[in-house]
Amino acid sequence: MATRTRTERADEKVNGRQDRSVQVPGESARLDGASLVSMYRLMQLIRRFEERAAQQYSLQKIGGFCHLYIGQEAVAVGTSRALQPGDYMISAYRDHGQILAQGTPPGPVMAELFGKVTGVSRGKGGSMHLYDVGRDFYGGWGIVGGQIPLALGTAYASVYRGDGKVTVCFFGEAAVNQGAFHEALNMAALWKVPAIFICENNRYGMGTPIDVSSAVTEVYRRAASYNMPGEACDGMDVLAMYDAVKRAADRARRGEGPTLLEARTYRFRGHSMSDPAVYRTREEVDTERKNDPIPRLRKVIVAGGHAKDAELDGIDAKVDEEVAEAIRFADESPWPEPKDLYADVYVPAPEVKA
Amino acid sequence: MRELTFREALNEALDEELARDQDTFLMGEEVGAYNGAYKVSRGLMDKYGKKRVVDAPISELGFCGLGIGAAMAGLRPIIEVMTWNFAILAMDQIVNTAAKGRYMSGGALKFPITFRGPNGAAHSLAAQHSQWFEAQYAYFPGLKVVVPGTPADAKGLLKSAIRDDDPVIFMESETMYAWKGEVPEGEVVVPMGQAKVQRPGRDVTLVAWGKALRLAMQGAEKLAREDGIEAEVVDPRTIRPLDERAIVESVRRTGACVVVEEGWPYFNVGAQISDIVQRACFDVLDSPVLRVSGADVPWPYSMPLEKLTVPDESSVQRAVKLALNVRG
Repeated sequence: MATRTRTERADEKVNGRQDRSVQVPGESARLDGASLVSMYRLMQLIRRFEERAAQQYSLQKIGGFCHLYIGQEAVAVGTSRALQPGDYMISAYRDHGQILAQGTPPGPVMAELFGKVTGVSRGKGGSMHLYDVGRDFYGGWGIVGGQIPLALGTAYASVYRGDGKVTVCFFGEAAVNQGAFHEALNMAALWKVPAIFICENNRYGMGTPIDVSSAVTEVYRRAASYNMPGEACDGMDVLAMYDAVKRAADRARRGEGPTLLEARTYRFRGHSMSDPAVYRTREEVDTERKNDPIPRLRKVIVAGGHAKDAELDGIDAKVDEEVAEAIRFADESPWPEPKDLYADVYVPAPEVKA
Repeated sequence: MRELTFREALNEALDEELARDQDTFLMGEEVGAYNGAYKVSRGLMDKYGKKRVVDAPISELGFCGLGIGAAMAGLRPIIEVMTWNFAILAMDQIVNTAAKGRYMSGGALKFPITFRGPNGAAHSLAAQHSQWFEAQYAYFPGLKVVVPGTPADAKGLLKSAIRDDDPVIFMESETMYAWKGEVPEGEVVVPMGQAKVQRPGRDVTLVAWGKALRLAMQGAEKLAREDGIEAEVVDPRTIRPLDERAIVESVRRTGACVVVEEGWPYFNVGAQISDIVQRACFDVLDSPVLRVSGADVPWPYSMPLEKLTVPDESSVQRAVKLALNVRG
């Protein structure tokens, strides 16, 4: 038997509860064919939406920053499906996939990217500031790591109210170097809030590979600093994501506190539309494409007899049309009016009696 | 009418609002078991328990962000910053999340949160612990900035701030906590954006708030006693929203204006008030709008130097006499 490295032994001692990609049969084994097909459709919707958004950006119908989720679909969909209505989801600025995973229709999301008044944020936010409170999606935030204390807050509210809701917070692997991450995880663990901190480790913080920025590159290990369970999982496998999030959510609902999940994933495009991604090789991207979560799930569905390829092709075609319709909706929607400039700076005050 | 200290008035406001609304809770460093670094929250943890009065680790960015997230989820947090000097660490959350979240979401989100703590210089605390921050927060659309100058206003405005559905920056003062003033019994909620004429007068308008209000009042007494000049003291009470109309109405009557602040002169609130007054009152002003400010230096420690940094009632008197072109 190979001798374990000093790090492996240390890991076990420091964080005995840590769970490293252990192949424990999870809840996903009990998902029926319809659920799997539905997950497939959702991932395909995100993929197609993002591809078309890239085109629309090149046509200058989308301005500013546009951070695409292509390749990471399994993280959003697996997570969303493992949660219950009412659970909070908070993310950073690579948020199109997440709001779509929560069930927001693509039309208002595309309209928001176009800056139209029919957008989810009435054109006031844009790509980085998408919100859908009715579907439990609380943004959409542009400062790296800034959303993490917010998630601590919504999870804290759940403890305060005893309402059993879980909060999921997404951030990248570069965000874990922000002070906000450290402060939030300490309090989350201290007060045992029902939060799942999901690090979408796509290995590059803009152009910087993780080993150039971080003393500890296995992100899940940082949980040990807070006496919190930390777990790595395959972020290119929607069912592995589903299982990991379900486990963490159950733990949280039992009052056992927060979890740090490191979802190992990859973005097939650059950091944003402005990034030609010269910092990684063509070969690397091609290798990672072999892990594409969507064909992977297709294989599982077809092999399991839940649907045939032709059926899934039919879904692909429907998704194409749905996204085309979303673009039509966005194109035909009106712009905000000049008076909207001053709307919603403050909450309208009721009549005050001095 | 009974007299309370600032500290007691704030304590009453917190007590009443914690009792009134189960969604409120107070969080900050030392607010609970220690009864507050400045004893503003004395007795509240004993009365309301650890769920409603929460001791936080030294993580300003983290616990201000927590409060903002909890507000977003519908609670009504009161977050104490031990001083506004330390809140700089939390500015990203206050300014980038709380101030903008409602606007960026097209009105979907709201942040009914109050951040409160002492602002400005006290005595011998040196440069890092002696700064005035009204201007930095009032600069951002989306925030409200409240600066009470009397215990009655402290109580009434803190209640108002807590009930307000927007993020409110509530600025107190270490020195003021012991100052006394009349505070009415019963439920009094002071609305925001309403100035108060603390002293009527006909010769010059002094605009002052917070700790500098006392300075302006003392300056006004000195001017009345020694120079027969009757100064009107207008206290805005809130910097954002600012009761521009009350200030302008006063200056249109007196014809002269001096803004009294203890903070630095460059780009401070007085600069904005000067702009408002010179635009709206140009035709009636007999002299430029003048300002009394602290010295433009990081705050020194040594007592005689600190004395030179802070304006006193002679500074107010000199400025008024300059504005009124009075010799001697």
